[in-house]
Amino acid sequence: MISGIGQSAVGRRLGRGGLDLTIDASLAAVADAGITLAEVDGLATYPGGGMGGPGFAGPGSPEVQEALRLKLNWHSGGIEGAAQMAAVHNAVLAVGAGLARHVLVYRTVTESSEQGTGGRQGIGMGGLGMGGGGKAPKMGGSFQWNIPFRAYSAANWLALNAQRHFHEFGTTPEQMAMIAINARRNAGLNPQAVYRDPMTLDDYFASRMITTPFHLFDCDAPVDGSTALVVSAVGHAPNVDHPVARVDAIGSALRGRPSWDQYDDLTTMAARDAGAHLWTRTDLTPADVDVAELYDGFSFLAMTWLEALGFCGKGESGPFIEGGERIALAGELPLNTHGGQLSAGRLHGFGFIHEAVLQLRGEAGARQVPGKTVEVAVVANGGGPIAGAMLLTREA
Amino acid sequence: MADLPFRVLPRLDDENRFFWTAGERGELRFLRCQACGYYLHPPLPRCPECGSREVAPEAVSGLGEVYSVTVNHHSWDGGREPYAIAIVGFPEQADLRMTSNVIGCPPEQVCIGMAVQVTFEAHDDVFFPLFTPVAASG
Ligand SMILES: [Zn+2]
Repeated sequence: MISGIGQSAVGRRLGRGGLDLTIDASLAAVADAGITLAEVDGLATYPGGGMGGPGFAGPGSPEVQEALRLKLNWHSGGIEGAAQMAAVHNAVLAVGAGLARHVLVYRTVTESSEQGTGGRQGIGMGGLGMGGGGKAPKMGGSFQWNIPFRAYSAANWLALNAQRHFHEFGTTPEQMAMIAINARRNAGLNPQAVYRDPMTLDDYFASRMITTPFHLFDCDAPVDGSTALVVSAVGHAPNVDHPVARVDAIGSALRGRPSWDQYDDLTTMAARDAGAHLWTRTDLTPADVDVAELYDGFSFLAMTWLEALGFCGKGESGPFIEGGERIALAGELPLNTHGGQLSAGRLHGFGFIHEAVLQLRGEAGARQVPGKTVEVAVVANGGGPIAGAMLLTREA
Repeated sequence: MADLPFRVLPRLDDENRFFWTAGERGELRFLRCQACGYYLHPPLPRCPECGSREVAPEAVSGLGEVYSVTVNHHSWDGGREPYAIAIVGFPEQADLRMTSNVIGCPPEQVCIGMAVQVTFEAHDDVFFPLFTPVAASG
């Protein structure tokens, strides 16, 4: 179960170090869980220190252990697994196996400060001295199959998926825009969100084209911030002075080829596997879900998750979100209630988990789903060949 | 050749050299299982279909069809935009496909289903397999 959550300041160019932010989030989560640092005996993070481009990784688990002087029975950090939330999956498994009782899990980004004002960067270009007379290194491994063709970013790779979806199912840009517009509408109610000004369909279409069909407002917003949570043994629940989030099920399957362009069905990608897997691990059904926090690193990804999780049929996410009423805060399936990564900021998967827990606890303030107690929340992370899902339930 | 765009180069090794240098002879080559005929891309040391280790590069026709395409407008590398990034599928095998660029026509004219054929852009010893519309180059 998730016994506590915490978040640092979140914003554009905070100018604070990743470890500093991580300490804020971690102390908040530990206090929220009703424990002390001395009781934390597990530590997990995604993606681990030193991975990815500038500001992507956050501090590695040894740095956080050192900073908080944790005495650990179990620890883990890594980028391979069922998306960003793989760190949470690992923590759940460690607690379930009895290796730890309270695992601190965190994800920290400082992409806003460290990417500077140069705009969105592609893999292989960021921090490599491009434009300063430097030469990019030669590309080996799987990236040699896309980056030499000037397909530098997940924006390009996932745009190819979206285009195929549009082609096969008649999905329209106006439909996809509702993901971004819905996110902005909810962000307006979230004081932590980085983009809160209202956005119209005209605003959306006026944003510059990145790579068809993705406009700028289809791409998430790099921020600085840290999110932490504590995964505890279920026996700890009575010690916590607020409802906790039970991990009812995990979806971690990956059955297609783990590749951005070789996966068999480009219109679904790995979400199909993780989504289907999730429902094999629970007695709950999509109709039981009160709120959905679905990864929107690019708007299209939230659509693939709606399909993969069975909220609509394959290829039907466009009509499902058309007009935006169904996914609005008061709609039948409130989606990305904090503003998603598109408007609340790219906390890289963990923002969705944090928000799901707040909604289950009834602590989401002005953006709390109205008119019902949120009993069941679904959270999904990842896109392309990377996908993980969790079903969380409220335990008062 | 002053018009060549900047490209990140692949790092050549014994596993991928056949692919990135075949363009010198005007060929698009993929690894093919010599036991069951399955094309493997990206390259692997073992055929995942039949388990054979007898895999060797073979040229394909170079004809293909655009399976998906995006027109990139964002400046990632300081080069010229817009340009078309496409996944091209090949008639030799249903799941044989690769990411590349379609050149030789305005990028916004590239569409899913368009018939294309391979062409090569040489950067030193590397020959990038790119694609042009069949009609435009015939
Ligand atoms: Zn074979």
